[in-house]
Amino acid sequence: MIEHYLSLFVKSIFIENMALAFFLGMCTFLAVSKRVETAVGLGIAVAVVQFITVPVNNLIYHHVLKEGALAWAGLKDVDLTFLGLITYIGVIAAMVQILEMTLDKFVPKLYNALGIFLPLITVNCAILGGSLFMVERNYNFGESMAYGLGSGVGFALAVIALSGIREKMRYSNVPKGLRGLGITFITVGLMAIAFMLFSGIQL
Amino acid sequence: MKKYKSILINPIFNENPIAFQILGICSALAVTSKLETSIVMSLAVIFVLSLSNWAVSLIREHIPGSVRIIVEMTIIASLVIIADQIIKAFAYDVSKQLSVYVGLIITNCIIMGRAEAYALKNPPLQSFLDGIGNGLGYTLILIVVGSVRELLGSGKLLGYTILPVQTEGGWYVPNGLFLLPPSAFFLIGLIIWAIRTWKPEQIEES
Repeated sequence: MIEHYLSLFVKSIFIENMALAFFLGMCTFLAVSKRVETAVGLGIAVAVVQFITVPVNNLIYHHVLKEGALAWAGLKDVDLTFLGLITYIGVIAAMVQILEMTLDKFVPKLYNALGIFLPLITVNCAILGGSLFMVERNYNFGESMAYGLGSGVGFALAVIALSGIREKMRYSNVPKGLRGLGITFITVGLMAIAFMLFSGIQL
Repeated sequence: MKKYKSILINPIFNENPIAFQILGICSALAVTSKLETSIVMSLAVIFVLSLSNWAVSLIREHIPGSVRIIVEMTIIASLVIIADQIIKAFAYDVSKQLSVYVGLIITNCIIMGRAEAYALKNPPLQSFLDGIGNGLGYTLILIVVGSVRELLGSGKLLGYTILPVQTEGGWYVPNGLFLLPPSAFFLIGLIIWAIRTWKPEQIEES
């Protein structure tokens, strides 16, 4: 049993990496990877939020939105799946807000370190994407926890690795038109090819 | 009149949302393995972007600053649900291929970014045109990347054979790399290089 969760966890970090295999959260991924320090902050924030929101959305999906899920309230034929998108984004926004307030109150140090990244996470597609994949693949609650944590850690890993490469790249002589965004794209492409090596692994 | 034209044309080449503003890249990479999905995705984005810009701009003087993100999110999410349901109703196969990426238009930074940067400060008609212009800029990149990937990856365009593939008796050996996601990164990187060689004022320092 535990093996199943463990393999899902490892799979979501390496084989189905949010950033490098599905290209989710690319905007933040490219914009915030200029320095290793900020990348670490963003990575931790994404992992934490992902770990909370995917299981919460999983509960909401299974007990409110799914067809026939409202049977406990006496509404057997109600199918609310079309409200999914707006609900998930609402949950994510609320969770980020709560997390922000909790961190501010109890761990001000971490709160200051994360700074602007926390609110920005609401519009990070990796977070919403995590919830949507969870629904599409019909994970149960335990699986969604493993998946949420794994995909968050995977994103953190990718963004930290890219920021390390970009810091080194500042010393290299890149053709003028490619400087900045262009060369970053090509770097990420090479990283994605490297990550594709994992896709042959069966878990 | 001229002002409206520049609002419409400017985002296509000069301030292209993908190549210059770095907005909305996630979906641009993931849906471009075929031309058909790229076109459907672009239409959905133009629809959502222009209408959300217009709607946000209409109520821009009534939104309190502290809750504006949530208000914008609600408008965008409602529009995306409409687009999602329309695609599911009229192009079911395509909606299966697009998988979660239609839903992810909500968090597509182009839409949020334009609402924040433009629609909150400008009247409805201009915001609407700005939405269409940015949508077209997005479409341009998506269609270029989508057609290159489909043509070189499988020798077809929109499902019609252009380059006869070797396995079917033709001469073209398809390059499988173009069907894989990383090729989109290289193509967009090269497009950015081309645009910046053409318009050197976009070159970044460092």
